[in-house]
Amino acid sequence: MIGATGRGGPAASAGRIGAMILRYWYLLRSSWPRLLELVYWPTVQMFMWGFLQSYLHQQEGMLALAGGALLGAVLLWDILFRGQIGFSISFLEEMWAQNLGHLMISPLRAGEFIAALMVMSLIRVIIGVVPVSVMAVYFFGFNIYGLGLALVGFFVILMVTSWAIGLLVCGLVLRQGLGAESLVWSLIFLMLPLACVYYPVTTLPHWLQYVALALPPTYVFEGMRAILIDGVFRPDLLMTGLALNLIYLAIGLAAFLALLRSARIHGSLLVSGE
Amino acid sequence: MDISSAAAAVTAQDLYKRYRKVVAVDHVSFQIPRGATVGLLGGNGAGKTTTIAMIMGLVLPTSGAISVLGEDMIRHRQRVLHRMNFESPYVNMPMRLTVRQNLTVYGRLYGLPELSGRIAALAGALDLRELLERPCGRLSAGQKTRVSLAKALLNDPELLLLDEPTASLDPDTADWVRRHLENFRRERGATILLASHNMPEVERLCDSVIIMKRGRIVDEDSPAALLRRYGRATLEDVFLAVARDEAGLPAPGGVSGAGTDAEMGG
Repeated sequence: MIGATGRGGPAASAGRIGAMILRYWYLLRSSWPRLLELVYWPTVQMFMWGFLQSYLHQQEGMLALAGGALLGAVLLWDILFRGQIGFSISFLEEMWAQNLGHLMISPLRAGEFIAALMVMSLIRVIIGVVPVSVMAVYFFGFNIYGLGLALVGFFVILMVTSWAIGLLVCGLVLRQGLGAESLVWSLIFLMLPLACVYYPVTTLPHWLQYVALALPPTYVFEGMRAILIDGVFRPDLLMTGLALNLIYLAIGLAAFLALLRSARIHGSLLVSGE
Repeated sequence: MDISSAAAAVTAQDLYKRYRKVVAVDHVSFQIPRGATVGLLGGNGAGKTTTIAMIMGLVLPTSGAISVLGEDMIRHRQRVLHRMNFESPYVNMPMRLTVRQNLTVYGRLYGLPELSGRIAALAGALDLRELLERPCGRLSAGQKTRVSLAKALLNDPELLLLDEPTASLDPDTADWVRRHLENFRRERGATILLASHNMPEVERLCDSVIIMKRGRIVDEDSPAALLRRYGRATLEDVFLAVARDEAGLPAPGGVSGAGTDAEMGG
């Protein structure tokens, strides 16, 4: 008897989460283009918006002020975007490798699988966004870390929202198969206009403002503009964003578990193709 | 039938699975004694894959109950998953990871102590030493089967589920795999459920056979008893007689669809 210890207990659970993180780390390091890609797009975006910000700085009045927040918005948006993609890509790796069946019959629990995906999302964001944020200081004199402690709150809100969306998207792919893969790339972009990444909420039509205010990232971008443009830290925005996050994460978890159960009812775990 | 019987490795009671209008498994009941090797036979769409998937907990039955190693698989599958494993040439190991990396990840998922020693022992037993640092995507079909088998034996399972373990292998490699399975069963005292279309393999490995057709069990017994009952020389002839309704068996009724293969794989 080899003595598998696949049952409960925090140590066994941490071991299984570690095993999944190790798997994704093996995957990541096996391909340098994948590693490069993590930094490539954030860098391209940073330069494009950085030059635009430099141009706006040369203008006068509000335009110059608003321009000062552009790079901040780009970097924070990247946390949300890369966070969701990082979560979902790790999941899709299992679908592409047709490995989900092996995992589902192993002692790995759904919660442990999700925890590993969250850690990988965090790792991918750190690899992708941190070097770019340092480059922004060097090339454009924009220091996102100047947001101070508020940045920690913003980061938490954006990461948790990215996980909530990732959970929903992965649940749908689990249930519908790889035919639903495009949701991984497309659903998050709904946040771009609605969460008011580059403009204040008041820009939106009145009725759409209610939708925007129901999204946690809106409070991040409003809060960032309050600091960079008005020089005011708004803890109320931070707290509202965090509270909304709890609801979104709970909905994401419930949706993933319900879709996983539905996949087990409909036999979707046996067919992980299109 | 006592569903939680500890004497049986697997107990299926009135198992029924319906995918919309298609009945994949139609009120099936059977027991697999501990330590036995049982063959699950049937043509494409007979319900074998769905039955195995329900035993593993990958698919939830519409109704009925399944117990594995004394645990209710529908409610408490987490209690028993570390004591069982599965191998199929149709389910790939992740291609870009090396053999060693894959076995390391699965060994950790199963919480195995002294993992590197275990991998080394399996690599020796399954002739994988030369392949350990090679990505799984660069292996031949026979090598992939051996790696899959290593993954399936990693946790020294009490219950091993095999879906056509020697499909697409040359006769020599297939014979090698069968010998290894025989050794494993003898040394471990493990229970094996084998779905296969290879009748000589089933005759060689299995103590008893369950024959399925259109989602129902149409017969079950030892290979020798089935040969006697049907008056045939080989299990393949028995299989053909059942498949072509030449055996005088009652046609399964109440089944609204037979072609479940496209959806479920067999």
